Amino acid sequence: MARAEVRPVRRRARKSRTGVDWFLTIMRVAAITVIGLGLLAFIAQEINTDNPFAQWANPDATGLTGAQFQGLIISGVTQGAMYGLIALGYSMVYGVLGFINFAHGEVFMVGAMTGMITSNKLADAGLWESNFVGSLVFIMVVSILVCSLTAVIMERVAYRPLRGSPRLIPLITSIGVSFFLQNASVVLLGPAAKAYPDVPDWIRTKHTFLDIEGAKILVILVAAVSMICLWYFVERTKSGKAMRAVAEDAEIAALMGIDVNRTIVKVFALGGAMAGLAGILWGILFRSVIHTTGFLPGIKAFSAAVVGGIGHLGGAMAGGLSIGVAESVGPLVILEPLGVSGVSQLRDAVAFAVLIGVLLLRPAGLFGERLQAEDRT
Amino acid sequence: MTATLPPTTGPQPGGTQPEAPLAAPRPALAHDWRRIARMGSIAAFGQVFIALSNMPVRLDERLIVKPVLSLGYLVLLILPFAAGYRQGHQIKREGVPTYAPGLNEVVGGLSCGALAGGGLSLLAVLLTHFDLREPLVNWSPILLDLLAFGNATWFAAVIWLVIGGGMGAAGGVLRLLGPRIRRAVVTMALAVAGAAVLESLVVDLAEGLGLETLTDRLYARRGGVNWSSALGLAVVSGLLAVVGRGRFRQARTRVTELEGAKRTQANVGLILLTAAVLIVLPLFAGKLTNELLANVGLFVLLALGLNVVVGLAGILDLGYVAFFAVGSYSAAVLTAATSPKIAPEMPWLAALIVVVIIAGLVGLFIGAPVIRMRGDYLAIVTLGFGEIIRLLFLSDWLSGWFGGSQGITNIPAAGIFGLTDVAGTDPRRVFYLVLAFCALAIYVSWRLEHSRLGRAWMAVREDETVAEAMGINTVNVKLLAFVVGAVLGSFSGAIFAAKVGSVFPTSFLILVSIVILVVVIFGGMGNIIGVIAGSAVLIGVLGGPKQPGLLVEFSEFKLLIYGALLIWMMLARPEGLIPSVRRTRELRQQEMAQDAWLRGEVDDDDGGNGPAGSPSAV
Amino acid sequence: MDRLGSQVHARKYRRALTVLLAMVAVLSLLATSCGNDDGVDIGDRGTAMGDGSLGIVEVEEGDVIQIRSLEAITGDVAFLGLPNQRAVEFAIEHFGQIHGFDVDMGTGLDDLCSADGGQAAAQIIVADEDVIGVIGTSCSGAAVAAAPLITEAGMAMISASNTSPALTSDLAGTEGENRSVGYYRTAHNDRAQGEAVSTFVLEELGLTKAATIHDGDPYTQGLAEAFKDFFERDGGTVTAATAVNKDDTDMVPVLTEIAASSPELLFFPIFQPAGNFVADQAPGIPGLESTVLMGADGLLNLDFLALPQAAGMYLSGPDTRFGSNENESTGTTADEFLDMYEESFGERPAAPFWAHAYDATTLLLEAIKAASWVDGGTLMIDRQGIRDHLNSVQGFQGLIGTINCDEFGDCGASRITVVQNIGGEENADASMENVVYSWAR
Repeated sequence: MARAEVRPVRRRARKSRTGVDWFLTIMRVAAITVIGLGLLAFIAQEINTDNPFAQWANPDATGLTGAQFQGLIISGVTQGAMYGLIALGYSMVYGVLGFINFAHGEVFMVGAMTGMITSNKLADAGLWESNFVGSLVFIMVVSILVCSLTAVIMERVAYRPLRGSPRLIPLITSIGVSFFLQNASVVLLGPAAKAYPDVPDWIRTKHTFLDIEGAKILVILVAAVSMICLWYFVERTKSGKAMRAVAEDAEIAALMGIDVNRTIVKVFALGGAMAGLAGILWGILFRSVIHTTGFLPGIKAFSAAVVGGIGHLGGAMAGGLSIGVAESVGPLVILEPLGVSGVSQLRDAVAFAVLIGVLLLRPAGLFGERLQAEDRT
Repeated sequence: MTATLPPTTGPQPGGTQPEAPLAAPRPALAHDWRRIARMGSIAAFGQVFIALSNMPVRLDERLIVKPVLSLGYLVLLILPFAAGYRQGHQIKREGVPTYAPGLNEVVGGLSCGALAGGGLSLLAVLLTHFDLREPLVNWSPILLDLLAFGNATWFAAVIWLVIGGGMGAAGGVLRLLGPRIRRAVVTMALAVAGAAVLESLVVDLAEGLGLETLTDRLYARRGGVNWSSALGLAVVSGLLAVVGRGRFRQARTRVTELEGAKRTQANVGLILLTAAVLIVLPLFAGKLTNELLANVGLFVLLALGLNVVVGLAGILDLGYVAFFAVGSYSAAVLTAATSPKIAPEMPWLAALIVVVIIAGLVGLFIGAPVIRMRGDYLAIVTLGFGEIIRLLFLSDWLSGWFGGSQGITNIPAAGIFGLTDVAGTDPRRVFYLVLAFCALAIYVSWRLEHSRLGRAWMAVREDETVAEAMGINTVNVKLLAFVVGAVLGSFSGAIFAAKVGSVFPTSFLILVSIVILVVVIFGGMGNIIGVIAGSAVLIGVLGGPKQPGLLVEFSEFKLLIYGALLIWMMLARPEGLIPSVRRTRELRQQEMAQDAWLRGEVDDDDGGNGPAGSPSAV
Repeated sequence: MDRLGSQVHARKYRRALTVLLAMVAVLSLLATSCGNDDGVDIGDRGTAMGDGSLGIVEVEEGDVIQIRSLEAITGDVAFLGLPNQRAVEFAIEHFGQIHGFDVDMGTGLDDLCSADGGQAAAQIIVADEDVIGVIGTSCSGAAVAAAPLITEAGMAMISASNTSPALTSDLAGTEGENRSVGYYRTAHNDRAQGEAVSTFVLEELGLTKAATIHDGDPYTQGLAEAFKDFFERDGGTVTAATAVNKDDTDMVPVLTEIAASSPELLFFPIFQPAGNFVADQAPGIPGLESTVLMGADGLLNLDFLALPQAAGMYLSGPDTRFGSNENESTGTTADEFLDMYEESFGERPAAPFWAHAYDATTLLLEAIKAASWVDGGTLMIDRQGIRDHLNSVQGFQGLIGTINCDEFGDCGASRITVVQNIGGEENADASMENVVYSWAR
């Protein structure tokens, strides 16, 4: 498959261009034109909403203030940090097994749900208010454990028996797992949105430092710290080395005495842990969770992993930030200046468009693919 | 519900010759207790899950056999039975059974089932002493009451151990029976369950045919099969199974062994017969049946389209709903007078031509950028496209064209050459229209499958690199699959718009894509008959994303079941209910070719069937 | 026999039978030069309403009168549909027998809050030709597809929570494009709420620049649209009309978009949880710090009022001060109903339309009572009579207040109130009653 993927590049050099190639070129040009026009119109309206170009693009243009723009970016970065944490799971699993674990977004949902249940129980006991930081750490630990367990069970039940079958088979299975987990949450916990207990003021309100809410600072910090820990784990520890070896070539790794199954379980556990952490951060930031919480963020996180170059850990984080910022800023900076109304409705469309665009322009992602699992199959 | 039974069982699957045990039965108590404990606790966990999902309570209203068994209790009996049956699964060494079944199986089944039932006993005790209603919404006294049959908690605790053990033992006993009797038992269970599930359909038809007396005997007044009739039905079907099965098989073999022209004749006869039944049946059926048939037909059409894309060309398109949406919306815009921007008010048939062109173009537009992507990237990107298209239809931006969230309403009936108007008020006509398009779709798929293009698709599906080396233009071939799929999907969409009389973006969620995918996979990817059977069973019985099936009570749980079904099918029978021969070979071949060590540890605890779908797997 | 008639007639009225009876009638007419040209013996109608033009349903002795409930009882709108369905059950129980016959609701049907779901469920209903009337649907989108089927079958349909003007009229005499004859509703019309909110903002708050957000739901979009129409008609400016998706959590972009147009008031008639996020994140957006927030009945529940971010917010909705209002058919008051409800289900209804459903059911049952008579132990119900009765309903005292049906089927009390949230979990109940503005058509 990897060969099939590389080939078009070679062939394009030799053969004449086909209709599809022309079409793709037109689409690329169109995409770049729209983005360029939008950006220009945005800049024009920022300079002065009355200038003719801004007026031509969107007569109702209002422009953004600096503070508003900053708010948008920060919100995008926060959201992106969570996408990045989830994307790590996709990336690592893709690295070692070469398939997309579609259900990984639901692991994140399980994390957010676990956090909701534990924090409400803590709040009932009065601990949530009296010792918020301790409670927060506690629910993070619980969520990490539950999510790791979920991911490991998932691997054992649904994916391990399918190892080595045609690559679409585990993908379809993972769609089934995703569907099942989502609806299991509906029948067990009910279809309504469920709230986290109230958080202290320092989480809720803005801080003088850069004028950011405490919750957002927390999300960005925790994401950064866990990213560093993960990097250390993968690059410096023995288990991490084993993971990289399995990702490079499972057969050789097995010959070198690495327990491939154990390593794969560890990868799932680690990915689950990151998703669990992201789930708690989500809960603290939005204080509400519902069974569909995992679906779109999951797909966007997958997009993030692809955008960053799947299998590349730093890339996953960078991809997450790009997707987060793009969907936060994109509608207002590119679509609105072009006179599209109700742009916020289209934010998911923008996120998907980023994925499609990246795959069109640079299929290997921004940082290139590093762990080429598909070379094996 | 007997679907949990493995399709092939025993040492000689489907064989009619008497079994010749190669070894003596094991002693009754010589068990791998770890295995039993594991399987039993998994089943117990499943039981608790089912109980807490509220299924028993919700389904309790639906009677299967009056007054003995409701669907609610039935769902609590399946797992202990299945666990009891499954634990007797033999470990075959090189295809040879190591021992004959005996009392051992029964004891094993009993312990396994009792463990599973024990899960409910434990739950009953916990229900009385703790209140976990906060996260678990169904943790209620109603559930406890149901588990205890209205008695005290201790009664529930004891009775579920007994019931579980009994069901498990029954599962074990089933292992002991010869294949013939086993088949009869399964048929009996299927007949009674089928009669109960199909109740509204049967009653509706019987009314049309003037056979009310029959159904009045069979069914109790407010639902459920009378227990006496159930008994009779079981006996009759059991006898029929014992007597008739051999003959049926013979007849089938005779047909398949026919040569050339005669075979074709037989096939044509069969097709004509099916067509005749499908044409005549709705005349006698009421609205209920016709509505059901029409909904099933719409999904058959969608599934046939997706089958071309996924089944034949091997492209996993998760955004297939986009074509359904495009078909619906373009038909709505072209025919409805209330369409916001342009309202040409074309007649439906004329509009259909435009719809097909639009759908084909959209197919090209979506197909072109994704066609060179890897299979799994392609899946996610098509999913993205499906979502983008729905969001565009929903958006305020394009609401001047498509009505935004208010949709397009007052879509006129579909006029067919001025002969008749097809609208949702008369589901019979809708069904005939759908039937005509299904026939067209079946013909097209069938011709395509056996054409040069079809062979090219299959080559691409099996190995793209080799296909390209053989001179197939893979890009064009795959694009064509997209376009054919899009056009078939848009037919369904256009009929849907005329049938419902309005289109709203909420009808085109990603969920629809997934449900169609489940239908195709359940029925058998790449097999036309399989896809039709899949739609009939799933959409007809459980219901579609927004369409109730025969088991209306299941509406809350059908998505859960679809998810579970998808996993189970992939693990146990990736080729589907009615497999396509070629597809099966592919799936199995790849398995053989893989490196043995990559299958994961060969787990003896699991009966050595680590990799799913290996011949002994269930 | 026309198409309508053939659908209405129960199997006892099969065409063959009718032809036969007609022949007999003609023969007897010829023989005696006098006789009943009705074709069917329907006994003494007494004062029962109707002219039989939609057919007559016979309920034999010992059988029950069939009505149906069609509400969104699963999925994310179940909070609305489930209390409605339960209210129907209560109303049937409280109403008691009609001319000595019991009323049965059958299994509650699900409209899935969508057109296709509504149509499929409507087919199930009309397949049973003995059904007299339907209470439902929950969602206007479902009614668009279900109402034509149900009303064409001669049944009456009364919804407790459809608010779309398209189903009845725009309250200014123009018939809605999806109106079906035989469709009624006890819920208010979106136009009423739009006008009420607009008047409140302009006159009570004295604000002239407003922005709206909807969530892609036909209900919220329709309400935002209605508000915009009246607001601009009466001299206000809508600075931004935008939308979010129901699944959205991060509202910063949409709020920034709105902040750029600097409105004085933000009207977001959306549901939870998206509404929580808007209320939570709006004050943090530069430019929206002092903007007045206002929601509608989608957020008018105890959960939302208890949220810290919802303090001080205005919420519009139907007048929910049902309190001691008494339904004149059953003698039950709203407070009594709530007590019974809580006792049976361990919770209070999450949406206020249970009262509308209760009243709708009693209206239907009253209509059946008025349009039926007993003939030799068989109850005869005239379908047209039911509609005649409903058309003439004036001054009916229900839980929601006084019910008057207009010529387009709008029966609701259409009293819209605006409450202001006092703030704090402990004040949620009091906030519900803290009406700062009241409007009536």
